[in-house]
Amino acid sequence: MDLQIALLLGQDGITNGAIYALLALALVLVFAVTRVIFIPQGEFVAFGALTLASFQAGKTPGTLWLLIGAGVVVALVDITQALRSGAPRRIPRIVGWNLVYPAAAAATVFLLKPGEFPLLGQIVLALVLVVPLGPMMYRLAFQPLAEASVLVLLIVAVAVHLALVGLGLLFFGAEGSRTPSFSDASFKLGLVTVSGQTLWVVGASLLLIVVLFVFFERTIYGKALRATAMNRTGARLMGISTVMAGKLSFLLAALIGAFSGILIAPITTVYYDTGFLIGLKGFVGAIVGGLTSYPVAAAGAILVGLLEAFSSFWASAFKEVIVFTLIIPVLVWRSLTTRHVEEDE
Amino acid sequence: MARRLLLAGFLGVLVISPLVASEFHITLLNYIGLYAIVALGLVLLTGVGGLTSFGQAAFVGLGAYTTAYLSTAQDLPGWASILGGSPWMGLLAGLLVTGLVAYLLGLLTLRLSGHYLPLGTIAWGISLYFLFGNLEFLGGHTGMSGIPALSLFGVELRDGRKFYYMVWAAVLGAVWLTQNLLNSREGRAIRALKGGVVMAEAMGVDTARSKVVIFLIAALFACVSGWLYAHLQRFVNPTPFGLHIGIEYLFMAVVGGAAHVWGALIGAGVITVLKQWLQDWLPKLLGASGNFEMIVFGVMMIFVLQRARDGLWPILTRFVPLGETKREVPIGDALPKKPVPESGKVLLEARNVFKRFGGLVANNNMCLSVKAGEVMALIGPNGAGKSTMFNCVSGVDSASEGEVLFRGEAVTNLNSRQIARLGMSRTFQHVRLLPTMTVLENVAIGGHLRGSMGVLSAMLHLERGEEARLLAEAARQVERVGLRDSMFDLAGSLALGQQRTLEIARALCADPCLLLLDEPAAGLRYMEKQALAELLRKLRGEGMGILLVEHDMDFVMGLADRVVVMEFGEKIAEGLPDEVQRDPVVLEAYLGGVD
Repeated sequence: MDLQIALLLGQDGITNGAIYALLALALVLVFAVTRVIFIPQGEFVAFGALTLASFQAGKTPGTLWLLIGAGVVVALVDITQALRSGAPRRIPRIVGWNLVYPAAAAATVFLLKPGEFPLLGQIVLALVLVVPLGPMMYRLAFQPLAEASVLVLLIVAVAVHLALVGLGLLFFGAEGSRTPSFSDASFKLGLVTVSGQTLWVVGASLLLIVVLFVFFERTIYGKALRATAMNRTGARLMGISTVMAGKLSFLLAALIGAFSGILIAPITTVYYDTGFLIGLKGFVGAIVGGLTSYPVAAAGAILVGLLEAFSSFWASAFKEVIVFTLIIPVLVWRSLTTRHVEEDE
Repeated sequence: MARRLLLAGFLGVLVISPLVASEFHITLLNYIGLYAIVALGLVLLTGVGGLTSFGQAAFVGLGAYTTAYLSTAQDLPGWASILGGSPWMGLLAGLLVTGLVAYLLGLLTLRLSGHYLPLGTIAWGISLYFLFGNLEFLGGHTGMSGIPALSLFGVELRDGRKFYYMVWAAVLGAVWLTQNLLNSREGRAIRALKGGVVMAEAMGVDTARSKVVIFLIAALFACVSGWLYAHLQRFVNPTPFGLHIGIEYLFMAVVGGAAHVWGALIGAGVITVLKQWLQDWLPKLLGASGNFEMIVFGVMMIFVLQRARDGLWPILTRFVPLGETKREVPIGDALPKKPVPESGKVLLEARNVFKRFGGLVANNNMCLSVKAGEVMALIGPNGAGKSTMFNCVSGVDSASEGEVLFRGEAVTNLNSRQIARLGMSRTFQHVRLLPTMTVLENVAIGGHLRGSMGVLSAMLHLERGEEARLLAEAARQVERVGLRDSMFDLAGSLALGQQRTLEIARALCADPCLLLLDEPAAGLRYMEKQALAELLRKLRGEGMGILLVEHDMDFVMGLADRVVVMEFGEKIAEGLPDEVQRDPVVLEAYLGGVD
């Protein structure tokens, strides 16, 4: 390996690492607020990328049907609950978010021909379709189990992942898609050529991290999420709705996931089940941070990206083996350094 | 009786099925059996032990690939050639390989707390899958074919109908071994892993070892299933050993009822039949081909966990009268007892113990001693640091500074398990029971260190003599504390006061020379307190040392020989009950100053 290859691999690693870092942040966020280990994160990556690809191919993305279907189910569940608890005034809001919003999205897709939109418009529309699936997922799968143990929530998360992968196959088929780059520009920096897409990915990731930081530090909702993460009961006593916190964290995670998918789609071919491995690599990063520290999680994710890039050069067939075996010493180190006397459950 | 009839009926159907069922149904039953073996391991691991694994498919793969490689390889090196050729050698080698890999993975990942473990299993599940697919000598992603059929007593098990008996004999064998294990001393230790680790350690159970044991058993079951699979299918490739199949195995256990041995069979049956059926229908319905059953399984799993978290088996048993459980008081010879220390001899001595939690000093320069044949009471207002002192002395927590001597031996840095072995036993302020086990079984955990037969003899039921003695001893202690009438009730169904009493019986079952009681009288009624005081006096008379934390002053003052008073982590007074009661410092602490 000469320096040029090393720099090239390094660039690759950092690009992927930036995506993993975004996912790691979302995973830390969801775990801290809801104690859910968010395995389905990867499906948002795939759905984001494939929805965008569908628009570009002039097709109607299947995620639209999922949005409508999930909306109807959530509306049914919530309206029943509202009527049972004698609070019919909640109904207009439920209908608005779960029935009117998907209908409006459907109208946009069918009437306005998103295939002819500029890229930015397509991206926004893809996010409009995919992101609300996050809070809907929380409502249907996790909210009824909010007080269950981490392990039960993890099994549910795996079940949701499985269902979504199956749906992904149904909606998008077994073929992969790749979307065009955000920019074709490339820059020569000494020995290496840096592609425009790399800059987009790294730049967008950094921007999103800054936005998240401001959100958590400066806004009342961000502070509410942090409060819930620190102490659920305490937060609830202060009037913070844990349901709201759960939905909000899933919304953010879905946004981050779908956006990561859109960022990565021009670099790698995305299949319906690609998201899982991408999400898991974010996990390896998140676990380095013990699922609690945002900066350490992000650094861990960059490390995973680099490790992956270099192992694909030396032993490409064993790339996944190396990346996922790395997690074991990390996990061991983590559980040795965090000592807890109390029972697990 | 009903139980036996049902079992006999089930066995009858199993034996007759291959004579009447179609080829298709035989194949289905074979697969159900193969999956049930893996799911059974998960019942032990996840349902009973509380350790979740998504990676069992990888162990199935190890079993399958080992025998596939050994029985087809042409050029084995000399030392390994003895393993080649025969499928039975393949089984042996598979068990060895799987056992070794599982042991190493277990050593590494079982230390992981809570949710890190399942994440670890996902990681090595993926790693092993990619390894199978990328190793040249294992045929890569195309796999290996030409695996010989099994032969048993000269009969070659070439078709599924003959193989059927082989599979189901293995299933029933695994069920038998698992049932036996769960109804034993080691089994009770395993059942304590879920939610009772601190308690079990204080009773002398090596919980880390128990975890490795069930992890190994689950892996070896999976390996046997893989071995059978390889010789049934006569072909292996990586697909059935991937993470998604590992997830399916876990689903089987959860859907069937992860805490019940028969749940594994139900779960394997339901998921396998449903999968078959969905794979037929869904592609037609949806007009595309693919593994769409995943969608249904995922949704079903969410539903099961939301609505019936204990799975199908408990629901089924509600409709089938399984008859009453045995309610005979076990009888057996007495267990050997440790020699009782001479009365008046110092048993426990804490010297200048400090315990700090960050900036908070919970124990500040604490000294106390307990002699054989005396009741020493540790009292003080709430938050004085009494329970912290208890935890430091019993090894549940370790002192930041200072020295604890037990029977002349420094135990400051020993853990609670090692201290229990020396003859100290304790109860907990917040009761730590296993609510789904009977009173008798809970008490028997206290006697863990008084038995020695291991896991293998438990699985083969070679330890029945010792088990009878242990249970009889537990029954004696249950009677001694006055819980005879609730001996076979679930511990979780007792009132709080009785649960505290149960903890005392459990501690006594360990045959201690020093008993640590953390608020034993809280929640007891007047008569019960009288009975408890009577019991403690009797124990004192037998030469036992008792260290007591209690708030009930009547109870303490009537019973204790000496009293130590704590406030804000420090000892403020020590002496005879009468002296302490008149001590102005103590009065100040309890009642506030008198101006």
